[in-house]
Amino acid sequence: MSSEAPILLYRLHGCPYCERVVRTIKDLDVDYESRFVPGEHSRRNAVKRVSGGRSVPVLVDRDRGVTMAESANIVDYLERTYGGS
Amino acid sequence: MPEFDVIELGASPHPEQGAEAPDFTRPLVTNDYWTDRSLSELLVDGPVLLVFYPMNWGGKSIYLWNELSDRGWGDEVQVVGVSIGTPFDHGRFIEARGMDYPLFSDPANGVAEQFGIAHDLDGMAGIEEPRPAVFLIDSDGRIEYAWVAEEWPETPPYEEIENAL
Repeated sequence: MSSEAPILLYRLHGCPYCERVVRTIKDLDVDYESRFVPGEHSRRNAVKRVSGGRSVPVLVDRDRGVTMAESANIVDYLERTYGGS
Repeated sequence: MPEFDVIELGASPHPEQGAEAPDFTRPLVTNDYWTDRSLSELLVDGPVLLVFYPMNWGGKSIYLWNELSDRGWGDEVQVVGVSIGTPFDHGRFIEARGMDYPLFSDPANGVAEQFGIAHDLDGMAGIEEPRPAVFLIDSDGRIEYAWVAEEWPETPPYEEIENAL
């Protein structure tokens, strides 16, 4: 069940904030794995375990030990970390 | 007891024991989330018992997964289902049935096509699903044991499968 992608993205099917993060990841050409969770907050224990909350998107950067929520923060982080100079 | 005829499906062109299992990638659904996984990725962790089964919620699928859960084969091999439910549907099935095994979501039935076991459902226009089928695949991707239903409906030979494990 393992995967080697450095970036894990917890997302919802059809969530615009998640799509925004995906667009950034693709623009930056970073390898990532999508983990889709159900719409109901009560069914998002997987998110709760990694971030402490139940909102998505949540990004986990395994190489750097970073976990963060909020799409604007995530986009900033990705551009800062993976954007070229 | 009234007489009835089972539906004969006949032989299928599935890969036999000793053949290489077709590789595929589909969303693999657990109680937590779904993510794209390939069969070859799963095989890195050891042999896989790939269980093609009829649509979620039907009696056949409920009895099959009850039986597999009771037998506890997950201690010896990775037990993984494949059927045509969407990831959402698989997730609810796993939750409602308290299943320990993940399910590949294959709504277009393409994995069943790859394995030569597609089954057109009578009376449900536009819907096909896999024939009930079980493949034991070793970590090199070789099929060690194969069973494919030749009648509809047909129950897997659980004792025979258990002996193959």
